[in-house]
Amino acid sequence: MKKKTNDTLKNKYLLTVLSIFCVLLIVISFLDSSLVSPVKQISGFLITPVQKGINGFGTWLSGLTDNFEDAQTLRAENAKLQEQVSTLTEENSQLIQDREELRRLRTLFELDEQYDEYEKTGARVIAKETGNWFQLFTIDKGSRDGVEPDMNVISGGGLVGIVTETGPNWATVRSIIDDNSNVSAMVSTTSDQCIIAGDLRLIDEGSLNLVQLTDADNKVHVGDKVVTSYISEKFLPGILIGYINELNNDTNNLTKSGYITPVVDFRHLQEVLVVLEKKEYVPSDSVSVPDDQDGDGA
Amino acid sequence: MRRKVTMGILILLCILLQSTVCQMISIASIKPNLLIILIVSFGLMQGRRTGMVVGFLCGLLVDIFFESILGFNALIYLWVGYFSGYFYRIFYDDDIKTPLLLISVSDLAYGVIQYGFRFLLRGRVDFFFYLGKVILPEMFYTLILTILCYRVFYMINRRLILFEKGGVDSFV
Repeated sequence: MKKKTNDTLKNKYLLTVLSIFCVLLIVISFLDSSLVSPVKQISGFLITPVQKGINGFGTWLSGLTDNFEDAQTLRAENAKLQEQVSTLTEENSQLIQDREELRRLRTLFELDEQYDEYEKTGARVIAKETGNWFQLFTIDKGSRDGVEPDMNVISGGGLVGIVTETGPNWATVRSIIDDNSNVSAMVSTTSDQCIIAGDLRLIDEGSLNLVQLTDADNKVHVGDKVVTSYISEKFLPGILIGYINELNNDTNNLTKSGYITPVVDFRHLQEVLVVLEKKEYVPSDSVSVPDDQDGDGA
Repeated sequence: MRRKVTMGILILLCILLQSTVCQMISIASIKPNLLIILIVSFGLMQGRRTGMVVGFLCGLLVDIFFESILGFNALIYLWVGYFSGYFYRIFYDDDIKTPLLLISVSDLAYGVIQYGFRFLLRGRVDFFFYLGKVILPEMFYTLILTILCYRVFYMINRRLILFEKGGVDSFV
């Protein structure tokens, strides 16, 4: 009996100690996240190759089932694709000519290059956050490949999210559909500013909140393109986010809010592109150098 | 010693599976919570101390790998492990009804706490939406997975007990 009460006491003691340790950890990481980052670096370094392996196994498994496709359909598809290739080649050569022309015109107008000109690196999604509440995922490129926190992540021509943390061979990305995510954006046709906020309630419908849109002239319509804004602190300007699918007046009659449909298919995200340029360094080509250094210091 | 190593491997394996394979078997973007199953199972089969330690380690590792605030998951899982340990000795561990009940209660509590601290505090007051969208589906899915996983954990635990009593080296 005595031994039992002793054990219970010991357990309670251990529970208290561990609880206090947890609370301390929470407080410490709230106050200064740089203190805990070395731990994350080391552990991420160890676990990333394993996650990569397991994920590779899963992909291999699903690829295996695809092998059983009928050869007949494959041949038919091949013929169709060949046809498509020839039309596309023709189209492509025409497009190349057009592109040359576009470049000439752009330099003529001294326009900034679009985001397809940014330096990028491809990465594979290797793990997702363990719970069902947030939309964070891990990719298999890290600081060794030049990935840094606050770099933009795109896929399929649209904005996916932003890098929040990096290790030598991994990085965590917060998608724009995450409940904590807010992106400063604008409507591309009218340059009206708004904010795109992720919301767990809208994930199933595949849409995002659009809030605080100032559209005094009523020129924004459903179907308009929404891109990242020039005034955003962390997102590069002009990256496509999605299209407006609903728009309502707010009760204050000054701003509007609604929903947008993102261009990226977040449910089947496998490969992403990390833009290896951060917002601060973007204007270096067109803006004079002293200005740029001011921006860094601020 | 053998038990510690086995448990360590089991915890790591579960976290790895949770972050990779569970993603692939998710239904309507809801994945089951394998970690709750592990923690409650071992709390129930081994008592408060094991439940506590397993929960704490699981939570801490999850925090380290995926969260920016360390210690939050560790704290929840620590208490989940501790409370499931209360049912050690009261119930037979080869009966699957007790773990099913315990795991659903734990997962429900886990969901509600997550909502309370990380959504309600940011002004997302629509509790019933989140209950129906995340908490309950996760709970049911976890229950289904429990039926498969609990047997495995039970067998592992059996093997470990047999080994500790000695004389079954030929089996292992």
